[in-house]
Amino acid sequence: MSALLEFLKTYMWPLIFAVVIVAVLPLLAGYVVLMERKIMADMQARLGPMRVGPHGLLQPIADALKLLIKEDIIPENADKVVFWFAPVISVTAAMLAYSALAIGPFFQIAELNIGLLFIVAVSSMGIFGIILGGWASNSHYSLLGALRSTAQMISYETAAGLALVGGVLLAGSLSTREIVQAQHGGTWYVFVAPIGFFLYLVASIAETNRAPFDLPEAESELVAGYMTEYSGFRWAVYFLAEYANMIVVASIATTLFLGGWLRPFQGTPWMDFLDFFPPLCFLAVAGYCFYRTPKQPEPIQSMVMALFGGLCLLLAAAMALPFVPAFAASKPGLHGAFWFLLKVSLYIYSFMWIRFTFPRFRFDQLMKLGWYFMIPLSIVNVLGLGVYRVLRQLQWSRWPAFVLTTGGTLLVAIWLVWNAQKKAAAPSSVGDMTEAEG
Amino acid sequence: MPSEYIPVLIFAAMAASFPIIALVVFKFIRPDSTRVGAKLKPYECGIPPEGDTHGRYSVRFYIVAILFVIFDVETVFLFPWAVQYGLLGLYGLVTMLVFLGILLVGYVWLYKKGALEWV
Repeated sequence: MSALLEFLKTYMWPLIFAVVIVAVLPLLAGYVVLMERKIMADMQARLGPMRVGPHGLLQPIADALKLLIKEDIIPENADKVVFWFAPVISVTAAMLAYSALAIGPFFQIAELNIGLLFIVAVSSMGIFGIILGGWASNSHYSLLGALRSTAQMISYETAAGLALVGGVLLAGSLSTREIVQAQHGGTWYVFVAPIGFFLYLVASIAETNRAPFDLPEAESELVAGYMTEYSGFRWAVYFLAEYANMIVVASIATTLFLGGWLRPFQGTPWMDFLDFFPPLCFLAVAGYCFYRTPKQPEPIQSMVMALFGGLCLLLAAAMALPFVPAFAASKPGLHGAFWFLLKVSLYIYSFMWIRFTFPRFRFDQLMKLGWYFMIPLSIVNVLGLGVYRVLRQLQWSRWPAFVLTTGGTLLVAIWLVWNAQKKAAAPSSVGDMTEAEG
Repeated sequence: MPSEYIPVLIFAAMAASFPIIALVVFKFIRPDSTRVGAKLKPYECGIPPEGDTHGRYSVRFYIVAILFVIFDVETVFLFPWAVQYGLLGLYGLVTMLVFLGILLVGYVWLYKKGALEWV
């Protein structure tokens, strides 16, 4: 008994964080779906979900409940055991990546010295869930979707990994905490390695199977890809894995390129008024909720709206807590989590923006982009950042070194695009013939 | 050092148990699956499914997988180099240039052979 108490005492905070993440991440994923539907509606001049709760605020919960009690169908010639476990593998891999990510300097399950490598390794295990699910379904669409998905994910994973190497090169550490601390007081790595950030953005969209790279789920060709035979809650588990993966890649990008939990303009004294932004932000949302409360059509919707406003007030109070001198120590933890989640949301917003802007790629175009452009460019990017660091060690000032290395990498990018266009224009190319047929 | 991984293990167990519990517990609430008509057949746009799917598929996928192994191992080699780069400096850059140069020759060969061509 005392051994158990001792154990709980040692690992109290990691355990609490683990429970919080397991409880909150599915909810968060649900609300990312709602956010996506609302943004999509806004960009297409519609309203989006409006019925379940005020402005559709309870839609994710209603969807989750509906999916939990839906009839469960396993195709008769499927491999039942693999079919059962495949979505579980996917979602576990996606959630496990969160064990090493630091949401603020305080909120972290385990501080691993190989943090980033662990996250990349674990989150790529999700591919197993996809290919096993597609294979076990024993359906042509599922198998083709799974194969495509795997080919796409492994192609872009190399580019994503190399883009991350560029960031690690600058930080000199794999621990998520140390990477963020290395950006403290200096510049965020997105301003040192803009091409690396761009490469990671594109590769992470492809890795999470999102439009314009959502070929595994191309409705017009493959029904629903590897998820064709999945329905009800199993499908929801895959869906959850996809959105959890989105949050994970956004968190990796935030940690490595966008300064993690650091406030923007940390080193500039006159920008310190930004410290008041977190409570004011929640206060503004709460104010808007209360303003909309009497305008809801149903009394129950008004109630939910008021409740939501109250929740925002509570969060605003929590964010204002560090300004009370007695609780000043809570500032890095609370405000760090706020800035981290804000950056993650902005990154996910850019995902959605890209999704609603670009048409879907064709599969050979996707592979071409991956192998002819992303991978060579990401290798050159790593070398460029290596040269940048050497130049900095040789006492060059920041701007000449930055312009020289980034400009060189950009030139290589332009040459790659030019080369690809020249190749596409040549009539003897094999890819061109299929293009003419199709 | 390994004690850092105890919370990770616990979290892994919790993360895996979340979907498993949801799938098992809600089995008692869900309606039973009926076997009406072709409901349990794999979906194929209405036509009866043609044969087993565990057969052969395009060799391209194997090529991509093999290429992935080469380039991913390269990435794994780059990670420790990147972490220690501050100490290695110019020497580290030159050695990595040699390593990547050898890889580049292989890449160019693949390019010329058309192994990266997706038809």
